Amino acid sequence: MVNYIWVGMTIIGLIFAAVNGKMKEVNEAIFHSANEAVTLCIGLISILVFWLGIMKIAQDSGLLEKMSSFFRPLVQRLFPEVPPGHPAMGYILSNMIANMFGLGNAATPLGIKAMEQLKELNGGKPVASRSMITFLAINTSSLTLIPTTVIAIRMNYGSASPTEIVGPTLFATFISAIFAIFIDRYFYYRRSRKEVK
Amino acid sequence: MQWLSLLSLWMIPVLIAFILLYSIWKRVPSYESFVEGGKEGIKIAFSIIPYLVGMLVAITVFRASGAMDFFVNLTKPLLSAIGVPAEVVPLALIRPISGNAALGMMSDIISTHGADSYVGRLASVLQGSTDTTFYVLTVYFGAVGIKKMGDALKVGLLADLVGIAAAIIVVAWIF
Repeated sequence: MVNYIWVGMTIIGLIFAAVNGKMKEVNEAIFHSANEAVTLCIGLISILVFWLGIMKIAQDSGLLEKMSSFFRPLVQRLFPEVPPGHPAMGYILSNMIANMFGLGNAATPLGIKAMEQLKELNGGKPVASRSMITFLAINTSSLTLIPTTVIAIRMNYGSASPTEIVGPTLFATFISAIFAIFIDRYFYYRRSRKEVK
Repeated sequence: MQWLSLLSLWMIPVLIAFILLYSIWKRVPSYESFVEGGKEGIKIAFSIIPYLVGMLVAITVFRASGAMDFFVNLTKPLLSAIGVPAEVVPLALIRPISGNAALGMMSDIISTHGADSYVGRLASVLQGSTDTTFYVLTVYFGAVGIKKMGDALKVGLLADLVGIAAAIIVVAWIF
């Protein structure tokens, strides 16, 4: 999908440039923006190194694990099919915590592990179970505590207050997570009604 | 919205202090752990270079050619009627598909309009409060061989839609 969008944008742009007689601008834009992209990534290094360093400390000291157990009772209610103490629950919780702290790279393997366990709980069928859909709904609504990369980019472009968006982001993400759970439940009850009929 | 800006200001320092003190209490080699994690940060920064170069070039070609203005003007009356600045529409559209592509669009919006502009703030919150549904779906389900996704895609995309709406409302309300 992203392939089509990417090629589409470039080709449509080139056609518009030909029609509007803006080839000169487009030529400059290509080289200027490529250069800017690399500069931007270099600028991201500082905050990524700092934040992932801090998060690694939290992981090594067992703080992330501690937080998982704090959220356990709440999450247990969201996944009624997963027995308490089942490894799936541990992976789901650590994945959510890692996501909250913006550790995308650490979160992905944990998420895959959680999926494996959920598949086993579902008898190994190649069909998405209720818990899997709930897990994805929560995952894609992305509870974020610290949007590291966003802060870094704002810093890069000279924002007077790069972190001012932390509160609003937290607020928005919280609303969307709650709604994601409701949407998930709505579709679940719709499914189970159909199955009864 | 005093408490939210206060929260924004205090959350990061307090969190860092807490993590550091906790690690001392647990006798973790904090500095070594920090360096270890930091190395991962360098890897990530370098690995997103090709994504950003590809996307930023495509977007600037799209914009410099006048194509972006054409499409934005096309949708503007409808969107401004419901309070959405047309500049963030491309970002909202690509966010569920590719996080790195969205990152490119977000930085493009911020460099054009300024980080502290209304659109810049909205783009920042939008990027932080939604996720790449298609990517997560593909990776997680692909890795364990789930072929029938059920309602997962519908639920994920609806959740994204709510995230986008929430970002717009919260930003309009606070800033």
